[in-house]
Amino acid sequence: MNELTLLNRRTFLAGSAAAASVAGLFPAWAMSMSPGVTAAKGSGTLAGNDLAITVAPHSFNVDGRVGLAVAMNGTIPGPLVRLKEGENVRIAVHNQLGEDTSIHWHGLLVPFQMDGVPGVSFPGIKAHSTFVYEFPVRQSGTYWYHSHSGLQEQVGHYGPIIIDPAGPDPVAYDREHVILLSDWTFLHPHALFTQLKKQPGVFNRQKLTLEDRMKGRNPLTAEERAMFARMRMDPTDVSDVTAAAYKYLINGHTPGENWTGLFHPGERVRLRIINAAAQTIFNLRIPGLPITVVATDGTDVRPVEVDELQIGNAETYDVIVQPSDRAYTFVAETIDRSGMGVATLAPREGMRSTVPPLRERPILRMKDMGMDHGASAQPMDHSAMGHGSTGAIDHSAMGHGSVPVPGAPMDHGDMKMRDKSKVRFPVGVGVDMIAPMPMDRTGDPGIGLDNVGHRVLTYRDLVALKPFHDQRPPTRRIDIHLTGNMERFMWSMDGEKLSENPEPYRFARNERVRMRLINDTMMTHPMHIHGHFWQLVNGHGANQPLKHTVRVLPGGYVDLDMTADAPGDWAFHCHLLYHMHAGMMRVVKIRPLEGEAA
Amino acid sequence: MPASKLLIDQLETRARRGRDGYYLNAEAWYGGDIDKLWLKTEIEGEYGRKAEQAEFQALWSHAIDPWFNLQAGARFDARPDTRGHLVLGVEGLAPYWIEVDAAAFLSDKGDVTARVEVEHDMRLTQKLILQPRVELDFAAQDIPRQQIGSGLSSAELGLRLRYQIVPQFAPYVGVNYERAFGDTRRFRTQDGESPGGWQFVAGLRTWF
Repeated sequence: MNELTLLNRRTFLAGSAAAASVAGLFPAWAMSMSPGVTAAKGSGTLAGNDLAITVAPHSFNVDGRVGLAVAMNGTIPGPLVRLKEGENVRIAVHNQLGEDTSIHWHGLLVPFQMDGVPGVSFPGIKAHSTFVYEFPVRQSGTYWYHSHSGLQEQVGHYGPIIIDPAGPDPVAYDREHVILLSDWTFLHPHALFTQLKKQPGVFNRQKLTLEDRMKGRNPLTAEERAMFARMRMDPTDVSDVTAAAYKYLINGHTPGENWTGLFHPGERVRLRIINAAAQTIFNLRIPGLPITVVATDGTDVRPVEVDELQIGNAETYDVIVQPSDRAYTFVAETIDRSGMGVATLAPREGMRSTVPPLRERPILRMKDMGMDHGASAQPMDHSAMGHGSTGAIDHSAMGHGSVPVPGAPMDHGDMKMRDKSKVRFPVGVGVDMIAPMPMDRTGDPGIGLDNVGHRVLTYRDLVALKPFHDQRPPTRRIDIHLTGNMERFMWSMDGEKLSENPEPYRFARNERVRMRLINDTMMTHPMHIHGHFWQLVNGHGANQPLKHTVRVLPGGYVDLDMTADAPGDWAFHCHLLYHMHAGMMRVVKIRPLEGEAA
Repeated sequence: MPASKLLIDQLETRARRGRDGYYLNAEAWYGGDIDKLWLKTEIEGEYGRKAEQAEFQALWSHAIDPWFNLQAGARFDARPDTRGHLVLGVEGLAPYWIEVDAAAFLSDKGDVTARVEVEHDMRLTQKLILQPRVELDFAAQDIPRQQIGSGLSSAELGLRLRYQIVPQFAPYVGVNYERAFGDTRRFRTQDGESPGGWQFVAGLRTWF
């Protein structure tokens, strides 16, 4: 039996006479309760074939402080949209904002006119007007939806989608919870963006200091320190926006407000985890409870048990847990470890487990500049490694010339970190680095997770449950460089911002293509393509997993195979909202359109 | 989307032998990633007297690489003399996190001068920052009216320790050592002025 205790039972209870009795248990939430003025946290469900969503300005109470937000049907997150594979759905979106809005159905395979990206696939939804989305539901799984207009996603314009499969679900579970992660700031998102333009490190409170050196907390070798300083790169610059500006929410609740998901001991509980944050990558774990990953980005994978996983913005993971008769803490620690979102899984209301302290902040190393010489599959201690021990290098995977001679010592100081001859685009002001030796990092768990003492998911652990229907080998490979300038907070692809009107990436309809995303920056970029799934090239052949959003690690690359089977214009961008806003976005054009001559 | 910033790098009081002084060094910019309008000002003086130096620059700033901007424009001095200059310089961040501002000036009298400012932030803790700073002034010719001699005319070494309450608001204390060289030193001594010396400074660094 699938008993959905969706988002928050308190939402429903509080609206009824039960509110008074719950108030004592949940003071923060109860105090924020003020229907019609302040957006409620969590939401009800929209199910069926004819749905309506109203986007409107709302105030939103976070830990007792009220900020300005955009809510859908009066709640943050927006209502759960529950669809059924194989059916058609009509969703009328009423815009009650004083500005344009839009809804993008993240990960859904819809006709491009229904994809909801203003300026790419449709004109947007004007202030005080309605747009009706209408599309067939061609898939199942966990997805989400959000605004693609301006920076509205930062202020609450997001919600979960569950699509129930037409046939039997390969995942057996007794109960499900949506766990939607987000980040909240009381700064106006435009003010936040211009702060980053004025001083990109402004939110970093974990920089390396003399104190760190004296207390032995700086793991960098002298060579690495010099390298970073020479390149004007900060090895602690892991997140642009940190807990200095953010509160981290789970289903709209801060750690203090402690959203709680209930279960009966021994049940198989399916957690549908969605990272709807604007600018935050999270590391997820539930101390004391192993996590079995069963799906990612809505697509089923062979069950794999881990203790922790990193989730990029806009990725989704479905996991199964089997909790005992005790409370557990669901920990969503930010990638830079400046803060965390916290929720509770418990057999009864009011129970809590201990919240672990934040772990030591991660520090970027040579490998994150794309200049490590070891096997990329293994986490390793660079300082302990002789630079000559390059036995495991995959030369063919480098594809960029300048491969070191195995066994020959290498002087990093002479390595060119911005070699314009390595790339085919103009390397200008907006490009502060070209990774000299980018490598396949799909075997890495993510920044800061190499040595955490337990099992952490990597992309190589993901194996699709069913082989993808198109197994043709790609006919060509295009290299796409993720580029930026940390000092000026400029972000681009192949050195050009979207505002510079770069050429779209053009694919012939049904072409099978390999896209190599090469990260020439020192930040992890969750890259998202609209209207398609990539097959993530991770060595699992026909069963390579399907992803709509892929984290590309600093100094690394990811190979992604794609069947360009959806004609139209599609957005392709970094899902860090302020990177996209700064220009890290392109259009993918697939032609001919329906009914058009080839 | 254009952005803007106002940085008051130094707003300080200077305690020294003789009459205490004040000093302001501020800049503001407005524009996009590549091109910006950049304003700079420096005002220096002794309490209770007219400012000894008051200059204002309006520059077009153009990014020439990831870290450096070429800056060209005009400078207007209200003190010590009313004078106009053309300005050509570079401003940016050099390897090892060294901030550089170097400019050459051509005055409406045909005098050529130059100035190089270099500073570096050393992070002692997350909030405590030690900033060494060097300023060198050069002239291509003697300008006796302004007590400037040719060559390296004067140098200033500063060491400021600031406490960032928040990144935007940081009070500081420090020391400053100034010294005039060559003809500059001679001009100043002739006029009965000090050719340099130590100063204790206390002030505020802030930006919006």
